[in-house]
Amino acid sequence: MAPLLLALALFSIGTTFSVAGAATSTPLTAAERSALIDEGQRIFLKGCSSCHGLNLEGSAIAPSLIGVGAASVDFQVATGRMPVADMSQQITRKDPVYNEKEVEALAAYVSSLAPGPDVPGEESLNYERNGSTAEGGELFRTNCAMCHNFAAQGGALTQGKYAPTLMGVTPRHIYEALITGPQSMPVFSDKTITPAEKLSIIKWIKAAEAEPQLGGASLGRVGPVTEGLLVWTLGLGLLVGVAVWLAMKAR
Amino acid sequence: MSNEIEAIKDPGLPAHVHRRADTDPKAAKKAERQVAILFLLSALGTVTLIGSYIFIPQDVFFYFPVLGNTNAHQLFLGLGMAASLFFIGMGAIHWAKTLMPDEEVIIQRHEFRSPDEDRAEFIKTVKEGAAAAGLGRRSLIKRSLGLSLGLVGLSPLILLGDLGPLPGDELSKTSWKAGTRLVTDPGDRPIRAEDLEVGAVAQTLPEIEPGAHRALSDIGKDAVLLIRLRPEEFNLDAERLSWTYEGIIAFSKICSHMGCAVALYEQQTKHLLCPCHQSTFDVTRAAKVIFGPSARPLPQLAITVDSEGYLVAQSPFNEPVGPSFWERSS
Repeated sequence: MAPLLLALALFSIGTTFSVAGAATSTPLTAAERSALIDEGQRIFLKGCSSCHGLNLEGSAIAPSLIGVGAASVDFQVATGRMPVADMSQQITRKDPVYNEKEVEALAAYVSSLAPGPDVPGEESLNYERNGSTAEGGELFRTNCAMCHNFAAQGGALTQGKYAPTLMGVTPRHIYEALITGPQSMPVFSDKTITPAEKLSIIKWIKAAEAEPQLGGASLGRVGPVTEGLLVWTLGLGLLVGVAVWLAMKAR
Repeated sequence: MSNEIEAIKDPGLPAHVHRRADTDPKAAKKAERQVAILFLLSALGTVTLIGSYIFIPQDVFFYFPVLGNTNAHQLFLGLGMAASLFFIGMGAIHWAKTLMPDEEVIIQRHEFRSPDEDRAEFIKTVKEGAAAAGLGRRSLIKRSLGLSLGLVGLSPLILLGDLGPLPGDELSKTSWKAGTRLVTDPGDRPIRAEDLEVGAVAQTLPEIEPGAHRALSDIGKDAVLLIRLRPEEFNLDAERLSWTYEGIIAFSKICSHMGCAVALYEQQTKHLLCPCHQSTFDVTRAAKVIFGPSARPLPQLAITVDSEGYLVAQSPFNEPVGPSFWERSS
């Protein structure tokens, strides 16, 4: 009886997986794809072309988008960085202007004109299964920590620019940032940091994000700056107050 | 004319003013209550400590002003312990300041010198002891003791040897040789020029035998940052340009100021920034210092590709990497 149940269980798990897997990666038909590109072109002409040009050629204030790929479009638009609200030192993350469907259409349009890095699919982002936290930590400390801080909290660059915090960034957007190198960030090629290593980095960041603050106050996890500030103001202030009170003559 | 200045009279000590608690029993009662309240606050602190240890689960977090999201268990443990210790001290001091005796008394100092008879007695005891031990007679013991004590004195000098050995030319050379492949750090994979897109960086180390071990002191000198730009973005002289390969340029990652890892590369401005003291280097101009305390550009490693297409060093670094040191020639 037991082997039969086991076989039944394995079978049902297997079929669930294949059905679920199939559902997430339905290929678009040619007609659907061209409709998507048309929709993307409509959005692009309305929302992006005033800076990036009618044919993605760019202008004095915005770079050309030829060959940036769907990954770059998805990162910039889905994290709300594009369209840009404030053209100062750094374009910041904000609530996205376009919904998921519109971002997909824009990405399809931009990548239809010139090939570039593609948006990584769900199945290639299974960092829980394919990543290693320890390896990710080592890679993070060598490649990412100098800008993004040793606990991925972000840090300062030159002239008002900064590396943003990685807390709350979706695995897909971390992956896209690594392969496209947005703004000040360099590109991390698949040959120097393999896709599996990228998943390890994501797994480490997610582990850092989920790490409970068992030591009490984390003080932003930025190291000696906030710790020092607290000690020099609150700690020393308290000591000075106590010293003054000690030396005061009782009346 | 008289040079005498009229001496200023000793004004004496100001009159002692008694505290209110010394004269007014009501005030004394009030001070007593204050001390008791402080001690009770300490007791409350200890109760908080024990209570939060037992009753607050370890995974409860809440927003605490200034500190942000905070673990309740740890916060109340800490606050309880701080209160229990702080208020004991505060109560004791308040007690001493308000209620303990407040009479000013004069204690006369006496001479520090011991009385003559005590001194004579002491000298006599020492002499008797030395005679009884027979140091004068037993010269073998005296000399061997002298030898051993003298040698003990030498041992710290020997331990000073651990300050050495002198570095020799270790500071001036790295593991890079002509033809050494650049491999990824971590991962140890050789890199082909086409593996790097424009705008890409790679952290590299010199290739070692499979299974061999890299000493930390070597990694600290050998770390190299590879950056790929468009070749037309370079603003280099002919020699330095010949040290690059198809827009790929390699610099020592060790800051020429204090030796931090310089790897904050800003892709748009082509600037390399050191996180420790904000020295900024312009990659397009052979890592020229454009801001910050560093005195020298980062050493550039001449690179090319070998017959299999992997990036290799053309030659070792032509200058010592890292911060200045005493014997450095330039």
